Amino acid sequence: MSAELNLPAAPPRQASMAKFLKSHMRDYGMLISLLAIVAFFQYMTNGTLLQPLNLTNLVLQNSYIVIMALGMLLVIVAGHIDLSVGSIVGFIGALAAILMVQFHWHFVPTAIVSLLAGAAIGAAQGYWVAYFRIPSFIVTLAGMLVFRGLSLALLAGQSVGPFPVEFQRLSSGFIPDIFGTEGFHTTTMVLCLATPAILIAFSVAARLRRHRFAIEQEPLVLFLLKSAGLFAVVAYVGWLLSTYKGLPNVLIIMALLIGIYAFVTRDTTIGRRIYALGGNEKAAKLSGIDTRRLSFYTFVNMGVLAALAGLIFAARLNTATPKAGVSFELDVIAACFIGGASASGGVGRVTGAVIGAFIMGVMNNGMSIVGIGIDWQQVIKGLVLLAAVCFDVYNKGKA
Amino acid sequence: MDSILEMRGITKTFPGVKALDNVNLSVREGEIHALIGENGAGKSTLMKVLSGVYPHGTYEGEIRFRGQPCAFRGIADSEKLGIIIIHQELALVPLLSITENLFLGNEQAKRGRIDWVAATARARELLRMVGLTDSPETLITDIGVGKQQLVEIAKALSKQVKLLILDEPTASLNESDSDALLELLLRFKEQGISSILISHKLNEIAKVADRVTILRDGTTVETLDCHDAPISQDRIIKGMVGRDLADRYPRRTSNPGGILFEVKDWSADHPIHAGRRVVKDIDLHVRRGEVVGIAGLMGAGRTEFAMSLFGRSYGRNIRGQAFLDGREIDVSTISKAMGNGLAYATEDRKHYGLVLDNDIRHNVTLANLDGVAKRGVIHHEREIEVANDFRRRLRIRCADVFQQTVNLSGGNQQKVVLSKWLFADPKVLILDEPTRGIDVGAKYEIYTIVNQLVAEGRGVILISSELPELLGVADRIYVMNEGALVAEMPAAEASQEKIMHAIMSSASKATAARAAVAAAARESLQ
Ligand SMILES: Nc1ncnc2c1ncn2[C@@H]1O[C@H](COP(=O)(O)OP(=O)(O)OP(=O)(O)O)[C@@H](O)[C@H]1O
Ligand SMILES: [Mg+2]
Repeated sequence: MSAELNLPAAPPRQASMAKFLKSHMRDYGMLISLLAIVAFFQYMTNGTLLQPLNLTNLVLQNSYIVIMALGMLLVIVAGHIDLSVGSIVGFIGALAAILMVQFHWHFVPTAIVSLLAGAAIGAAQGYWVAYFRIPSFIVTLAGMLVFRGLSLALLAGQSVGPFPVEFQRLSSGFIPDIFGTEGFHTTTMVLCLATPAILIAFSVAARLRRHRFAIEQEPLVLFLLKSAGLFAVVAYVGWLLSTYKGLPNVLIIMALLIGIYAFVTRDTTIGRRIYALGGNEKAAKLSGIDTRRLSFYTFVNMGVLAALAGLIFAARLNTATPKAGVSFELDVIAACFIGGASASGGVGRVTGAVIGAFIMGVMNNGMSIVGIGIDWQQVIKGLVLLAAVCFDVYNKGKA
Repeated sequence: MDSILEMRGITKTFPGVKALDNVNLSVREGEIHALIGENGAGKSTLMKVLSGVYPHGTYEGEIRFRGQPCAFRGIADSEKLGIIIIHQELALVPLLSITENLFLGNEQAKRGRIDWVAATARARELLRMVGLTDSPETLITDIGVGKQQLVEIAKALSKQVKLLILDEPTASLNESDSDALLELLLRFKEQGISSILISHKLNEIAKVADRVTILRDGTTVETLDCHDAPISQDRIIKGMVGRDLADRYPRRTSNPGGILFEVKDWSADHPIHAGRRVVKDIDLHVRRGEVVGIAGLMGAGRTEFAMSLFGRSYGRNIRGQAFLDGREIDVSTISKAMGNGLAYATEDRKHYGLVLDNDIRHNVTLANLDGVAKRGVIHHEREIEVANDFRRRLRIRCADVFQQTVNLSGGNQQKVVLSKWLFADPKVLILDEPTRGIDVGAKYEIYTIVNQLVAEGRGVILISSELPELLGVADRIYVMNEGALVAEMPAAEASQEKIMHAIMSSASKATAARAAVAAAARESLQ
């Protein structure tokens, strides 16, 4: 049978604008929502939101949520959930505090031990989920109680602090300015111009490669708009931060992690396997994927990231309290779902989760400045989560 | 002749695909109307339009049922008029009983309180009408697919059916079950119930259909009346694919070499009922360049054997040895089995074969990601090329390889599963019912690919319930029954009678009875 029914001679090189926008509605919709929310609060707070000082705070306040959202996204994509991360933040903060304040450890070994402890906690939970097939909801609900209790026990109900200055810098430090200009952080500005430039160069290269292979891609106009937008936003943020103290250390850590996780989920075999596992575990297994080990490692990874978030949070407060991290898991999980992850697994993107986390963060921060009470803040955040997921479901039904 | 249903000028588009283009269909009162066409021709889509799965307004064209124009907003609307569809994929709740399933959404209740006595009595009556003797309390998981299909039909009967639509009802049934089902359709016909039957099994159509409408590429080709003159299968095939198909099975000069793969004393127990042996002391070998068929009735343990062999993915207490090129190989996990050159393409594409949310491209490369990656980093362009290559070779009908597999027609999904395992580049490929739900033209393609594989010196184990397929494609045939191999014969000396005889003479009483029914069914079809 030689006839090639229905096959176009060559695949179309560029999707029509309308069709492309329609099929990527969700991605652009999220970005636009974030920008709209920023603009809204910028207006409502009379420009306070984007003042350098507040912007820096916004990044610091959100960093631990973003970092945990990276791990949570993998857990959710793999078809699980982790409710224990808030308690792990508290527990690791307590552990680090005890080691540094009572045992006078240096902060480097403390950080290493804390991250290993996070990995061990993740492994302990992942073991039950992956190898004994106990639902992750139950295992991590247990973990949530256990580690909250353990952090209370470790701290004996007290707050422990303050920490050595070097450790505090993890959260409150800024990168040094090698140019040493007075009143302006030149290094920050250079980094914030170079990074988007490099990213854009990479995507131009990818575009050319796709063109050579005659693969359908984003329409040129959209690509140019997006690149220009990316450059402008990063440069603007860089300029704002440069007029203050420059880039916070945490922001560098966060940006690196986002880059790594975006790469892993999109471009590596491990990432692809996690999506397959969440999409159809049996099919993934019969395709030769060690689904149990993969589930196990997503929890280990989550544990490490939660531990890192615990360190950052403790460093930021400069004290470990038994209440640290309470209900963080809700913000983290909400960030992933706002970002388009599917509760049944197999679907979700790192960029989505990050944008989701920032949508939550900007709303928290903006509403506090405007003076909306914590009560109504919760109501509004809840409604935003519901709206985002409804939008998803509606979109899916229409396609 | 009154027509009960008129569909005129039906056009339905999905993003990027025109699934139906100006299709006409007219069904007469009290006839069995067969709807046939290649995979992706639009049969299921047309029936979904008719039953309101795609509501009025999402398609163009006109539907008239018993003379009245219809604008269904959902399935409930069409059911009210007595149009009942039984989908390609069954829609029963496995952990509920037969009774509960029968009246799901239509409970026998008074003021919200279910009357279980009435429900059970009514269920028993409905089951009797479809010839099922099981207790209405039985859970759906505990009965086979054949009986599940009958429960679906009983469910349709409970809703005062006027027009029954069956989308490939016999695809996963064995011959005796298929035959019982077709008998039932004929009985309904006498009672004045019209049916639309979608099937790729042309002999069934020849047996029961009054008229046949052929779809090709989303358009109506023709409607043939079986009473004017009996229509041959070749005539139907010509309508479907648009030209003559000289042979159903591509020719190949078979030339088996030395023994490539061998299994010795392979046994496995049921995963839940400990101690119940499902696979019993199997000894089997495959030569280089040989297609080995495994024949048997449904439930003979063929899938169980294949899956227990493939990385112990079925059963427990698995014993036995496997050899490749005379060397014993470790097949204790799936990745080890694959590493040693084994591959198993499942019969159950939805549950075990595909990640339905993912696109064609990701499904094709899933079993061999390293084939498109370097040091764990995926080369996306190469991946797309691979997917496009298989799309061309197997003629997968789709908008592009970025289409989600959940939106493909059943047969095209099957081709994606096959692509996945072809790309994994195995030395020995086990194909479990590879042509289930696949049209004649695509079957030919798949047989051609099997021939290419063996020409390259690989071995193929073909599990199939269609005896003509085994006889046409295999070099040598094993017959399996009740978990054990009971006969082995070169295909040249084999015949359907010989195979059925081997099954019957080896069988316990219960199976013998089933085999006899199947044999009788075949005779009446020929
Ligand atoms: N929801 C959907 N979105 C996009 N395309 C779809 C969707 N549903 C069906 N299609 C496309 O419409 C075409 C017709 O599909 P349909 O399921 O009706 O085929 P079929 O004749 O039933 O085939 P088969 O014999 O394989 O079951 C196919 O090309 C399929 O890919
Ligand atoms: Mg179909």
